[in-house]
Amino acid sequence: MKVGVLCSRIRVEEKLLFQKMEERGISFERIDDRKVIFDFHSDGWTQYDVVLERCINHSRALYSLRILDDRGIPTVNTFEVADTCGNKLLTTSALVRAGVPTPKTFIAYTPESALEAIERMGYPVVLKPAVGSWGRLLSKINDRDAAEAVLEHKKILGTYHHSIFYIQEYIHKPQRDIRAFVVGDETIGAIYRTSPHWITNTARGGKASNCPVTPELNDLCVRAARAVGGGVIAIDVLEDPDRGFLVNEVNYTMEFRNSIEPTGVDIPGRIIDFVVRVAKEGWAAANGWKDTAEMTA
Amino acid sequence: MPEVLVAECPECGAEIEVTDVIEGEIIECPDCGVELEVRSLNPFVLELAPQEEEDWGE
Repeated sequence: MKVGVLCSRIRVEEKLLFQKMEERGISFERIDDRKVIFDFHSDGWTQYDVVLERCINHSRALYSLRILDDRGIPTVNTFEVADTCGNKLLTTSALVRAGVPTPKTFIAYTPESALEAIERMGYPVVLKPAVGSWGRLLSKINDRDAAEAVLEHKKILGTYHHSIFYIQEYIHKPQRDIRAFVVGDETIGAIYRTSPHWITNTARGGKASNCPVTPELNDLCVRAARAVGGGVIAIDVLEDPDRGFLVNEVNYTMEFRNSIEPTGVDIPGRIIDFVVRVAKEGWAAANGWKDTAEMTA
Repeated sequence: MPEVLVAECPECGAEIEVTDVIEGEIIECPDCGVELEVRSLNPFVLELAPQEEEDWGE
């Protein structure tokens, strides 16, 4: 068994994953995405039974996974998962299609139509870049003046991506959200991220504590995982006072350094187990999907 | 005794001593707090870590 690990800077997570493979006697090779050169017409990468993607850049992960998937090299996660989860618009579309509860979301392409959408949704709303992470560039818009200003700034100052206005209702959650970790067909653990600020990312100071994985939370997260293509993913869940759990977004190169201790779950170990299973049995089996028909459901 | 690696912080010149790091790892200068990347172990080279980009994240 030989695992290729596509990465660049080494975070705590990567070090833990390397240690797990060393412990299990699995040989692995690091591939620095700052040095990699893909030759479409060579048959490289076949020395790996599976490639684990741990890039910090979404764009590098996405295109590398597409090249490798098209070449038939098993990867964790797949291009489909990276494409769907790396873009909030695509994530929401996939979740809604699968009937997974999500916050009300509107998409608009001009400041004028976006303002109309915001007014229709009612304040406050949250504007997010479709591609972004760690709470970057999230805007909570409380009134029309702020809406007009932010929309203009996004139109003028950003690349064309920022004129795809992703407008989401503001959820009155209890000063926390839930980060659930799914591997294949099981929610292996979850944490509450508590913060007085409306953005709860631990990257921004949210505090982690264990969140029990109830059957309801497990079912919701496994359904969300399947909707975006399965694999090893972290699901952000909001607790709405009336509607209960709403899936906010899904992350496909999950960070878990703050979650091992509160959950008591060997998250890196479970990830490596999954990676090995994908190499041996393929994506559908590793995800516990009975038949490939289910994969496209 | 694990090997102690020594290098100067490229930002503030402080002497940084570390053990048990691997190539590509991110450390912080104990003096000025800047993020540094271990570019190589032998010789031990530290460089300013690349700045966060628009599509970085989970």
